[in-house]
Amino acid sequence: MDETIEGSFQIIGGNFANAGEASMQLKSKLVELGIDEAIIRRAAIATFEAEMNVIIYAAAGRLQYYITPHEVTIKIDDMGPGIENIELAMQEGYSTAPDWVREMGWGAGMGLPNMKKNSDEFKIDSVVGEGTTVKMIIHFS
Amino acid sequence: MKLSSIVESISLEVKTGKNNLQNDVTGVYISDLLSDVMANSKEGNIWITLQTHLNIVAVAGLKNLSGIIIVGNRQIQQDVLQKAESEKITVMSTPLPAFEVAGKLYQLLNG
Repeated sequence: MDETIEGSFQIIGGNFANAGEASMQLKSKLVELGIDEAIIRRAAIATFEAEMNVIIYAAAGRLQYYITPHEVTIKIDDMGPGIENIELAMQEGYSTAPDWVREMGWGAGMGLPNMKKNSDEFKIDSVVGEGTTVKMIIHFS
Repeated sequence: MKLSSIVESISLEVKTGKNNLQNDVTGVYISDLLSDVMANSKEGNIWITLQTHLNIVAVAGLKNLSGIIIVGNRQIQQDVLQKAESEKITVMSTPLPAFEVAGKLYQLLNG
């Protein structure tokens, strides 16, 4: 594999039915490429949580992934409310999700921590009132 | 243990994915928090939950779970069953509460 394999998804806020589309596609690409199962699992978890965050909190967003011979990069940028206190948002168990989202079993304050835990490199930037961008890199070895 | 033996032993109603009953079950994970299942379930696990919405199908698919047991006779919407069928996810249903399903599975898998 010499070239970069790319994918791009538009995610609409509130569209729970399409959750997992991006992560499923990324997962099957990585399976096709014969990437180590443990790494695929990490990429799938991180990507799915990222999708969910856009669906739960933002009006819309975009998820892109790039697979090179050495790593996979997942970038998400959303038009959402932004995160006031990133340090707090990164704490396990902290969530601003509304009750109806919690009743679905989301909003347990595990999304961002799960994303960070499963990435080798994790970067989050947010502007209140504008949106949030996250970049995650997972190395293949 | 094969999924089919479990289905038979505790009389689960198989709603979707009837072709996967020969799959091996590696263990069980019980949670109604989807991020928790994403983080901590293992490939081949059966997932016991009372959640019935569409996202359970994606979680089970991404984690290669061997099946989902919906407890307490909860109704599962048709769109969820359709998605599960197309993604080849085995969804099972039981009138038993989670505790009783877990107890029976524990005996089957560790007895």
